[in-house]
Amino acid sequence: MTRSSKIFRFVLKRLLQGIPIILAIVIINFFLLNMADGDAVDVLAGEAGSATPEYMAELRAKFGLDQPLPVQLFVYLKNVVVLDLGYSFRHDMPVSELIVDRFWPTALLMVSTILLAVGFGILLGLLAAMRLNTWKDAVITVFALITYATPLFWVGLMMIVVFSLNLGWFPTSGMENVAAFYEGWDRVKDIAVHLVLPTITLSLFYLALYTRMMRASMLEQYGQDYVITARAKGLTERRITFVHVLRNALLPVVTMAGVQVGALIGGSVIVESVFAWPGLGMLAFESLFARDLNLLLGIFLLSSVLVIVVNLIVDIIYSLLDPRIEVS
Amino acid sequence: MLAFWHRYKRNRSAVFGLVVIVLVVLMAATADFLYPFDPFRLAGKPLSAPGTNGFLLGSDSLGRDVAAGIVHGAKTSLLIGLIATLVAVFIGILFGALSGYYGGQLDNMLMRITEIFQTIPSFIFAILLVAILKPSIYSVVIAISVVSWPGVARLVRGEFLSLKSREFVQACHTLGMSDLRIMLREILPNCLSPIIVIGSLMVATAILIESGLSFLGLGDPNIMSWGFQIGAGRTMLRSAWWVCTFPGVAILITVLAINLVGEGLNDALNPRLRERN
Repeated sequence: MTRSSKIFRFVLKRLLQGIPIILAIVIINFFLLNMADGDAVDVLAGEAGSATPEYMAELRAKFGLDQPLPVQLFVYLKNVVVLDLGYSFRHDMPVSELIVDRFWPTALLMVSTILLAVGFGILLGLLAAMRLNTWKDAVITVFALITYATPLFWVGLMMIVVFSLNLGWFPTSGMENVAAFYEGWDRVKDIAVHLVLPTITLSLFYLALYTRMMRASMLEQYGQDYVITARAKGLTERRITFVHVLRNALLPVVTMAGVQVGALIGGSVIVESVFAWPGLGMLAFESLFARDLNLLLGIFLLSSVLVIVVNLIVDIIYSLLDPRIEVS
Repeated sequence: MLAFWHRYKRNRSAVFGLVVIVLVVLMAATADFLYPFDPFRLAGKPLSAPGTNGFLLGSDSLGRDVAAGIVHGAKTSLLIGLIATLVAVFIGILFGALSGYYGGQLDNMLMRITEIFQTIPSFIFAILLVAILKPSIYSVVIAISVVSWPGVARLVRGEFLSLKSREFVQACHTLGMSDLRIMLREILPNCLSPIIVIGSLMVATAILIESGLSFLGLGDPNIMSWGFQIGAGRTMLRSAWWVCTFPGVAILITVLAINLVGEGLNDALNPRLRERN
């Protein structure tokens, strides 16, 4: 079997493995929705201000809420398959449309965060491993320890105090200056300026994480036999580090980037609500206050699916990077 | 025990962490003595800067004393962190022990469930649980433990898998001990040290999750907590930076100290795992 067809089969197999997990999450979703006080009809009646019991019963029948639970579950599953995630009464829009609308700002924030965290994490980890047990190594270790212990929302607020309110370098909130009606490159620049603080806030934790991992991974690789061989051949330390050790040390860092996506989504809820970044996290925050459970569950489902998809992609990249790993 | 302390003491930063935790616990324990009044009550002029109007760390927009909030909030953070971790460790041990000891179909099924819970983005799941169960100290504890047990389950499963084929366990089988007794009295005590280490680090994570939830307004509305203070002060950031700043410092110091202790325990209990991150 050729390598490409092997990879294809591997992808297919992993996709099939993902399906039961998604199914389970949908079922958890359904039961959570049922555990909540009040159903969609209560919400509607509340919105309308008043409703007679007869009208509410009629509505329940219309939405199928008078059916037994298994039937409701089946209907719910069927709806999810065709991407019908219900209706957000608060926003007066289908949940799926709302989510698609708000997905791009979050994707932008997450991609820039991952790039920053992985890029600088690799750099700092490399530096710490090369300058082992010097003050640089110590500073990087202390930085990581402190970052692990700091709540994200607090970092965000402190960033606003220092860089927005005192120094005035960056805007306090939002994704762009809507009132300015920027177009083309001006708009890109405007969004980029707004992006700086949320990205730094969200990436700090992962930066610390990748730094420590990269450091550990480099140290582990330095102890391998091939490094001794390379030294025996008379290669320079620089060449050993950058050509041989670095490549191998990168692998575990790439995998971790995939594992952390779930946590990153959780972090984006906090960061987006601190900086009023108009993405999914902010939407989740708003739906909390509006008690818009349909919407909250939709976001939850989408983020779970996202985690599965990203992990699949990371697995594929991993198997391409490291031919020793059999795609089986 | 003494030998353990000697090993622990070698790690300076772990001793420092322990001292800090003892101080935080003392602060929480004497909260009612230091600030006998309800931390929610109006204590003086709103938005007083630190050191003015008799406020050590200032007051917020409703005239609540920030320092009193921090002292009372310490109780909340420590209690929720500890209880949520205990519950999570209990669930984790249950899943991991059954999985590792019996293996086969049961293992397969339990590990699938664990995998699902590991895939779900944990913070959003916690938000969802609290929102649906209505914010209270119980729902916060439930949410945190529901999202934190899978790590323990995997760890315990691994330990049980490797220990169950050891000779001392085979000897127990020969003696006719029941499975339950072997699991609880023979295997479990032998894997306590990694559980203690992971548990201590989980307390830190639990405190962070709790602060995040109460920051978003999902904490128990009747109980003062650090996250709530920061959430309440964020709209006043421009005029009263201290309302958000000091509770955050409290979280940072406490979580840092717990992490240091966790690493110290790791070094002292599992000398061979020293290199693990």
